[in-house]
Amino acid sequence: MIPRRRLGVLVARYVAAVALVLAFLFPVYWLFMTSLKTADEIFSFPPTWWPASLQFGNFMVLFKDGDAGAVWNSFVLATSSTVLAMILGTMCAYALARFRTGGEHLSNWILSQRMIPPIAVVFPIFLLYAWLGLVDTFTGLILLYTAFNLPYVIWMMNGYVRDIPLELEESALVDGCTRWQVLWKVVFPMARSGLVATAIFTFVFAWNDFIFALVLSRTEVTTYTVQVTHYFGGQSNFWTKIAAMSVLGTLPVFVAVTFMQRWLVRGISMGAVKG
Amino acid sequence: MNPPDPAALRRRKANFAERHFDRLLVAPAITVLLLIGVFPLVYLLMVSFQQITMSEENRAFAGLLNYSRLFTDTRFWESVLHTLFIGAIALPLELLLGLAMAQLLLDKLPGRQVFVALLVLPTVISPIVSGATWALLFDNRFGPINQMIGWVVGHPVTILWTVKPDLVYPAILLCEVWQWTPFMFLLLLAALSNVDKSQLEAAAIDGAGFWRTFFRIVLPAIRPVLAIAILIRALDLFRVFDIIWALTKGGPGTMTETVSVFNYTQGFQQFETSYTAAASLVIVIILSVVIMVALRRMRIDR
Repeated sequence: MIPRRRLGVLVARYVAAVALVLAFLFPVYWLFMTSLKTADEIFSFPPTWWPASLQFGNFMVLFKDGDAGAVWNSFVLATSSTVLAMILGTMCAYALARFRTGGEHLSNWILSQRMIPPIAVVFPIFLLYAWLGLVDTFTGLILLYTAFNLPYVIWMMNGYVRDIPLELEESALVDGCTRWQVLWKVVFPMARSGLVATAIFTFVFAWNDFIFALVLSRTEVTTYTVQVTHYFGGQSNFWTKIAAMSVLGTLPVFVAVTFMQRWLVRGISMGAVKG
Repeated sequence: MNPPDPAALRRRKANFAERHFDRLLVAPAITVLLLIGVFPLVYLLMVSFQQITMSEENRAFAGLLNYSRLFTDTRFWESVLHTLFIGAIALPLELLLGLAMAQLLLDKLPGRQVFVALLVLPTVISPIVSGATWALLFDNRFGPINQMIGWVVGHPVTILWTVKPDLVYPAILLCEVWQWTPFMFLLLLAALSNVDKSQLEAAAIDGAGFWRTFFRIVLPAIRPVLAIAILIRALDLFRVFDIIWALTKGGPGTMTETVSVFNYTQGFQQFETSYTAAASLVIVIILSVVIMVALRRMRIDR
């Protein structure tokens, strides 16, 4: 039997944990519930904590008006830039990890690129894109997200490549593989879980971006984050649409993160904590 | 002269790819980074010495005009102060709250994995969406926050959270701390789990109390993670934009204008091209110094 006092501590901790979860998830709950309410119910006083009738009309309107296309734009941008950043970044990371190309200076420079505030680079990039005709194009934003995510991919994959035992690559070389074959046939398969984890984070960063998309999109490549702000009005806000669009953009991230709990810590700490 | 033997040519090509293997691997990534990361900074430098605004495109060399204007622009320095203020309050709060939560969930607890998985969710939401969510919560009439306050005080209240000067900062900070405390929590939970158990047991046998053990054993052990977490969060806090854009747009007036909001308004609403370039560059320089110092310090720690 558990001693009384330890049981008491356990119960207290349990209550505290439940209270914390409730407090932290309340805003999420409220957002999701709002997306299921009718406009009349949202603008009724006092606020209701549970929708009178669960209905998906708010989402239907987004699809009917074509606004939901913004989620598709976010998806295209995030997917393409992730694929690009993963390929270029992993190649670079492999060279840094195994050949120490450019030495410590190059790795530090790459890491420092991650730390430049977006607001500082977005401005000249806007001018550059205006000149090249890349404003409001998929190419422009994909290129930008790729560049923005590259330091992260290089940094993370560097760590994952170092975790692969060197002997495997050596024996493949002895067996007559070229260096390129080693890369494709040994390194990539061995770093598979690291690749997947890094790719998901890269995807989420691009998916959640607001400021780059705000500046560099007009009508063609509006992302879901920018679309949310289109519903903010001067006097009143279109809460039905804000909530529904936010939920459409947030649900995929929740699913992705839940599936990759194992790599979460390493991913968000930029590899500093192995978790 | 005979045409080169195709096999030999192929061999020579393969040799080249093999010899310059590592440089070929690095080249594409570096090219993209130079194009998108370094070119803008060079361009900023150039534009900041000119006089480009929406109405006139004066490309003549204007010297340090924009910089001297920047250094006397109280609005810019106030935006720096606002940014630092938010950081100075939010960072310690997130850190302490995250640490307390990590400590709470460190030992075995039924359903611990589920708690952790749920607590992490706010951190992965897009900041603009969290800003919008909190705008919804703070709504003066239809938001649940005023409703709950009404329950406590006994009559309905309509507090204007995002408009009243003495309440906007608490509102912004609440959103900020809500979103990023889970980040601290997750990193610190991992760090605490990695603390050497035998040392903790030894301390317990020696009769050391919780605080003594914490300061003598736990804190030194989690220090590297603490440093990384603070660095990541500090840099993020310096660029805070999305939640402020959703909650106040820098208002009332310019009361909650941060560096990023200031830059955005100057560049994309007032079209002060050269002036914004100067401001961006000053920010990059300040941050670069901070980053360099921080990275060097951390290397010494290791």
